[in-house]
Amino acid sequence: MPALLAAILLLIAFPYLFTQPFLQRTMILVVMWSVLGLAWNFLGGYAGQVSFGHAIFFGLGAYTSTYLFIEYGVSPWLGMIAGAVVAVIVSAIIGWPSFRLAGHYFAIATIAAGEIFAIIFRNWKAVGGAVGIYLPIVRGDKLSNFQFHDSKIGYYYIILAMLGLAALTTYALERNRVGYYLKAIREDPDAARSLGINVTLYKMYAMALSAAFTAIVGAFYAQFVLYISPNTVFALNISIQMALVAILGGTGTLAGPIIGAAILIPMAEYTRVYLGGRAGGLHLVVYGLLIMIISVYQPGGLMAIYNQWRRKETAQKMQQAADAASAAREG
Amino acid sequence: MALLELNGLTKQFGGLMANYDVTLRVEEGEIVGLIGPNGAGKTTLFNCITGYYRPTSGSVRFQGKEITGWSPDRVCKTGIARTFQIVRVLKEMTVLENVMVGAFLRHGQTKKARRKALEILESTGLAPRQDQLARNLTIANKKRLELARALATEPRLLFLDEAMAGLNPSETNDAVDMVRKLSQQNVTIVLVEHVMKVIMPLAHRVVVLDSGQLIADDTPERIATNERVIEAYLGEKYRAASRSH
Amino acid sequence: MSPEVTLLVQSLVSGLLIGFVFSLLSVGLTLIFGVMDIVNFAHGEHLMLAMYLTFWMWFLWGIDPLLSLPVVAIALFILGVLTYKVLIKYVLDAPMLAQIFVTFGLMIFLRSLAQVLWSEDYRRIGDTWVSGRIEIAGIFIGLPQLVAAIGAVITTGLLYLFLKKTRTGWALEATAENKEVAGLMGIDAERMFALAWGLGLASVGVAGALLATFNPISPEVGAIFVLVTFVAVALGGFGSVPGAFVAGIIIGVVQVLGGFLWEPRFKTVLVYAIYLGVVFIRPQGLFGQR
Repeated sequence: MPALLAAILLLIAFPYLFTQPFLQRTMILVVMWSVLGLAWNFLGGYAGQVSFGHAIFFGLGAYTSTYLFIEYGVSPWLGMIAGAVVAVIVSAIIGWPSFRLAGHYFAIATIAAGEIFAIIFRNWKAVGGAVGIYLPIVRGDKLSNFQFHDSKIGYYYIILAMLGLAALTTYALERNRVGYYLKAIREDPDAARSLGINVTLYKMYAMALSAAFTAIVGAFYAQFVLYISPNTVFALNISIQMALVAILGGTGTLAGPIIGAAILIPMAEYTRVYLGGRAGGLHLVVYGLLIMIISVYQPGGLMAIYNQWRRKETAQKMQQAADAASAAREG
Repeated sequence: MALLELNGLTKQFGGLMANYDVTLRVEEGEIVGLIGPNGAGKTTLFNCITGYYRPTSGSVRFQGKEITGWSPDRVCKTGIARTFQIVRVLKEMTVLENVMVGAFLRHGQTKKARRKALEILESTGLAPRQDQLARNLTIANKKRLELARALATEPRLLFLDEAMAGLNPSETNDAVDMVRKLSQQNVTIVLVEHVMKVIMPLAHRVVVLDSGQLIADDTPERIATNERVIEAYLGEKYRAASRSH
Repeated sequence: MSPEVTLLVQSLVSGLLIGFVFSLLSVGLTLIFGVMDIVNFAHGEHLMLAMYLTFWMWFLWGIDPLLSLPVVAIALFILGVLTYKVLIKYVLDAPMLAQIFVTFGLMIFLRSLAQVLWSEDYRRIGDTWVSGRIEIAGIFIGLPQLVAAIGAVITTGLLYLFLKKTRTGWALEATAENKEVAGLMGIDAERMFALAWGLGLASVGVAGALLATFNPISPEVGAIFVLVTFVAVALGGFGSVPGAFVAGIIIGVVQVLGGFLWEPRFKTVLVYAIYLGVVFIRPQGLFGQR
C-alpha cells in the first residue's frame, strides 16, 4: 500500500523531476500504452477472448475525433467521446456474430476484420485515404484545445488521468458482478451458462468497455502526434503491441498491462532512437522471446510469477513462524 | 400442476435416437431417481431439459411454462439448476468466488452475494475451505462445491448428474444426507445415479431409461423387481459376457 | 479470343497457379492442426525463413532454387521437429490462451529477427533455371509460376499418398483422430506430433523455395501469405488435407478474379470476407468435421 502511494506520487511529479523532452515523451508513451493494455485486458484478460484487431477501435477514435474537429470544429474532447460511441457500436456489430467462435478462430477473425478496416480507410478519399490527415495546429497551450506545443506536460497529465480512469474501472470491475461473471466465462463458458450467465451479453459488455477505452486513447494519439493515417492508426502492429503489453505483464490483472508497458515501451524507444535503422526492431526480438518463455512457463505473465513468488514467501514465513513457535514451546 | 412435465421428448443426433418419446412428470418436493444402463440417454435428457441440447420434438414445461429449447442461462434464471457428470468447477477461482458466481444471479450486489455464498458454504460444510483455489480440492469437495454453487442460484428444481460417482462410502453418506436436507428445504431433486444403494433409500420415485426410452416409472421397491428393468440391466451384462467369448 | 475473354482466362490461369501454392501452404498448416489442435501463428514466418534460405543460397553460392529446394525442405523439416521439441511440446496441455501466445511470440521473434538481420529491403532472385515465360493460345504464363504450381501439386500429392498409403501416414491420421486410442495401439503420440510439425514445415519449405523464384522476399512476406493460408484452412475445414487443397485453389482463383473483375486493391478484402463468411455460416468449412 505505501509502495502504491509512492508510485502514484512519483507518477504525478514525474514531469517536474525529469524535464528532458525525450524522457517526457517516452513516459507519455508508457502511460498511453498502459491504458491501451488495460483496455485490451477487459476483453482479452478478463473475458478470455484474445483479439489481434483492436487497432480498429484505436483508428476509429482517432479518425472520428479528427474528422469532427476539422469538418465541424467540434472540440476534440467531445470528439473523443463520439469516437468512443462509434467504437462501441462497431464492436457490438463485429462482436455479436464472432463470439461463438472458439479461441483461435476468433483471434484470426479479429486479424481479418482489422485488415479490412485498414484497407477501407486507405481507400476512403473523403478522410484522406492513404495519405492521411494533418491536424491543424492550435496555439495557446490551453487544456480546452487538447494541443500543447511549448511543453508536453499537458499531454502527460491528460493521459495520466486516462490511466487513472482505466485503472479505477478495472479495479471496480474485479469487485463487481460483471467481473466475476467474466472470469467465470473465461474459465468455463458452459458452466457459466448453467449459473444463469448470458455469456454473449457479458462478452459484449467487455468488448464495449475495451473498445471505448481504446478509442479514447486513439483520439488522444491524434491530438498528440497531430497526424493520422491508416498505416499508423489502423496498423496490425498496434493491435499486436496492445496484446503483447498485456500478455507479458499479466492478463486479467490490474498491474499487468502497466508493467508490460513499462518494460516494452522504453525498450522500444531506446532501440529506435539509439540503435536505429535495422536494429530498431531489436526490442521486438527480445519481446517475442519473452512471450514464448512466458507462455511455456507462466501464461499468467509477470504478475503471475510475482504472485507465485509472494505466495511462496508467505508460506515460507508462516512455516518459519510455526517452527519458531514450536521451538519456543520446546525450549 | 406438476413442477416439471416432459411430453414426448425426443432427441435425435443424425442416425442416433438418444431420447425417444420420453413423457414424465416431477411433482414439487419429490426426489426422483433416474437410472438406466450406460448410454441410455440420461445425461442427454438432462441436457435437453436444461438447454444444452435442443430437443428434436416434444415439450418441456416448468411450473406450467413452456421452456422447450430455452438457453441454459434462461433455464437457470427460471429456477432449474444442475451439476455436471464430469465436475466443472471454476479452477482458478477460490471456493468462495465459485459460489459467489452462483449467488450473483439473485443478488446483484457483491456484498449480498458474498453473504449468501458464505451461508451456502456453511450449510454444505465448505466454509473452512473458502479461500482455497478450486483446482486444489479433492474430487469429493469439488462435487460439493459444484452443488453449493448450483444451490446459490436458489433453484426450485435441481438436477444432479452422477453426484456420487467416485466417492468413498463415508463421502457418499455425507452426500446422501445433504440431498435429504435439501429436499426438506423444499428443493425438488432429480438425480442420475449408478449406485443403487444410494437411490433406493433416497428416492420417492424411480424412473428408468433404456436405449433412450422410458421403460418404468415407479417406487424404488417395485422398480427393483420390475422384469423389464432387470432385463435392461442384465441384458447389458449378458451382451457383454457373450461378446467376450 | 476477344481481349476481354483473354484477360479473364489469363486471370483464371494466374489464380489457379498461385492457388496451388496456397494449397501447399494450407496443407502444412492444417496437418499440424489436425494432429494436435494447435494453430501455428508463425506459419508465415516459417515461409519467410524458407524464402530467405533459398535467396541466400542463390546469392552467396549461386545455387539455383530448384537445386536448393530439397535442402530447404529438409532444413524446414528439422526446424519443425525442433520447434515442436523445444516449444510446442510444453503447451500441449496448457490452456488455449497459452497455445495461441506461444506461436504468436514465435511469429514476433522470427519476424523481428529477420528485420534486424536482413533489413526491410526487398530481395529478388534474379535469373534462375525457370526464368521467363511461355505463351499458349495468347495466354502468357510465367515459367516460375508454372513450375511452382507443378511443384506444389506434386508435393501435395506425395504428402497425400504418404498419409493414405504408408503405415506412418496411417499412424499420423490415427493420432489426429484420437490420440488415446492411437496410443493404445502402440502409436507414439510424441513422435507423431514431431512428425506433423516436421512435415508441416517441410511443405512450407518447398512452397518457399518455389515462391522465391518469382516473389519478392522481405521480413513482411510471411504476414502477406499467412492470412490467405488461415482463410484457406478455415474454408477447407481445419484438419482436412483435401479440404485445404481445394480451398487453396478456390482462394487463389477468387483472389485474382476479384482483383480483375472488381479492384486489385480490394482483393484482400474479398479473401478476408470469405474467412468471416465461412466461420459464421459454415464453421466446419467444406470438408471439416469439427
